[in-house]
Amino acid sequence: MNNILRKSAAELADLLAAGETTSVALTQACLDRIRAVDGGADGGGIHAFLHVDAEGALAQAQASDERRAKGELLSALDGVPIAVKDVLATTGLPTTCGSKILEGWIPPYDATVVTRLKEAGLPILGKTNMDEFAMGSSTEHSAYGPTRNPWDLDRIPGGSGGGSAAAVAAFEAPLALGTDTGGSIRQPGAVTGTVGVKPTYGGVSRYGLVAMANSLDQVGPVTRTVLDSALLHELVGGHDPKDSTSIAEPMPALVEAARQGATGDMTGVRVGVIKELGGEGWQPGVMARFRESLDLLVQAGAEVVEVSCPSFVHALATYYLIMPCEASSNLARFDAMRYGIRVQPEGVAAPSAEEVMRATRDAGFGDEVKRRIIIGTYALSSGYYDAYYGQAQKVRTLIKRDFDAAFEQVDVLVSPTSPTTAFKLGEKLDEPLKMYLNDLATIPANLAGVPGISLPAGLAEEDGLPVGFQVLAPAMGDDRLYRVGAALEALLAKAWGGPLLEKAPEIPVVEPVETTNGVTA
Amino acid sequence: MPEISRDEVAHLADLARIDLSDAELDHLAPQLTVILESVASIRGVAGDDVPPTSHPLPLTNVFREDVVVPSLTAEEALSGAPAAEDQRFMVPRILGDEQ
Repeated sequence: MNNILRKSAAELADLLAAGETTSVALTQACLDRIRAVDGGADGGGIHAFLHVDAEGALAQAQASDERRAKGELLSALDGVPIAVKDVLATTGLPTTCGSKILEGWIPPYDATVVTRLKEAGLPILGKTNMDEFAMGSSTEHSAYGPTRNPWDLDRIPGGSGGGSAAAVAAFEAPLALGTDTGGSIRQPGAVTGTVGVKPTYGGVSRYGLVAMANSLDQVGPVTRTVLDSALLHELVGGHDPKDSTSIAEPMPALVEAARQGATGDMTGVRVGVIKELGGEGWQPGVMARFRESLDLLVQAGAEVVEVSCPSFVHALATYYLIMPCEASSNLARFDAMRYGIRVQPEGVAAPSAEEVMRATRDAGFGDEVKRRIIIGTYALSSGYYDAYYGQAQKVRTLIKRDFDAAFEQVDVLVSPTSPTTAFKLGEKLDEPLKMYLNDLATIPANLAGVPGISLPAGLAEEDGLPVGFQVLAPAMGDDRLYRVGAALEALLAKAWGGPLLEKAPEIPVVEPVETTNGVTA
Repeated sequence: MPEISRDEVAHLADLARIDLSDAELDHLAPQLTVILESVASIRGVAGDDVPPTSHPLPLTNVFREDVVVPSLTAEEALSGAPAAEDQRFMVPRILGDEQ
């Protein structure tokens, strides 16, 4: 593998600035890597990408190199390639949300975050795989086949953003964008040994993000280092007049916080371990790496205390009520009338619009999506609204209050990101509830709107698979994530003698497979 | 204990405009019952005095000036349409035989 692929985005920006590489060379290296390891759904490869835009990415890279020659750079990351989760609208590139119902749909507009990437000069390599409409924790619910974990091709890369995390973990791209509604950036980060951040709700524009649960969804960075996440977060974040739920106040200085944190000095930082997230029932290797990371933080000067957030035991149930309710409403727009596929009902001459809608939605939506739409419809229907959705909203208030109370005592809260390491493909598919448990630790942050980061904490000894360490901060306190995250990252790298991904196994080269979506040039 | 019958699932599928097959209905009802039982655990957790949170940010009336700005052209808006005619989305008949 070309060594340049191992560099972080920040390092690549330096190499570009020093003239030691070009954006075209870099972009080509990524495309070659994708061709070598990604494969198609049946190709046995990683399958991180649903669509690769080789021509477009190289043209954008060429433009970047030309700008650089004239001294007209658009940003610090000008020329560094990036992959985008297929739930974000991109003109000229299909946006399927991992669903058949949007097969081949080419948006007529760009998501704001995509516009910001383009305005900053980052070549967009393509769109990454995901659980259908972001519903899942393993990317197995993609209608286009699963993505494989670069650490073990028989295992899941997490979800719903498994494609973005796998692309970055497999060195196919130095950066990716993901989205997080219940952990869909952080949990894949944990199981693939990468960094993922869910910003404060409202911190990054949702314009052009196909909505699943609008009070929970957030776009965020997927990277190999904490600094890279800070750079990408600052680039795409900030107020957007097109998103009425975006925060008007400016973000705190994230890159500065990451650089400060990298000294590894945690003096005076109060860290709260969430009592309800960890312990019995959590994989021993996960807990061991978590505790070792805590020890490092203490040695670096942090004050670590245990904090109880009693309502968190209800977070999973609350989420799996609120989210399907919002999703059932948001997915009503896929009605075969204005975009997406249109399926005719069988054996019906001159069907009505409604009949076409029903046939299309049955054919176009997968099982998990149908489950959640039905649950949401149930919980919102008259007679049940107060008992389910209404109650869930109240418990949401309790969860928010627990966070508020906790942050009076500590600066950040921590937990393992996920109860287990990456499980095997197919292992949890038959029992939806078992799958939902993967989100135990990540869900509370989405319900309260607070930001969270997952960074690699090491490998579990029982299976040699990555473990994630989660840091949570108060709303608008995203800089704390980067300060503490960068500190822990530096302390761990010292302990390991290098970044964790150095220990990832070689990924076998596969035969490139042509798919209807045009994967691989 | 909430239990969701096959008929209820069929009714909800109606409301959600999804044509579930018999096999799907058989398959879904028990799965949904299990999920509903588990989420029902939140009932009674929050007292009557707890206000609901529908949104994490305290936002009210986010307005902008009522100024016309460029939007999608008709061509762009129709670009994803399964069928289009005369600058309009072409859709199957909306009124049924009974209407």
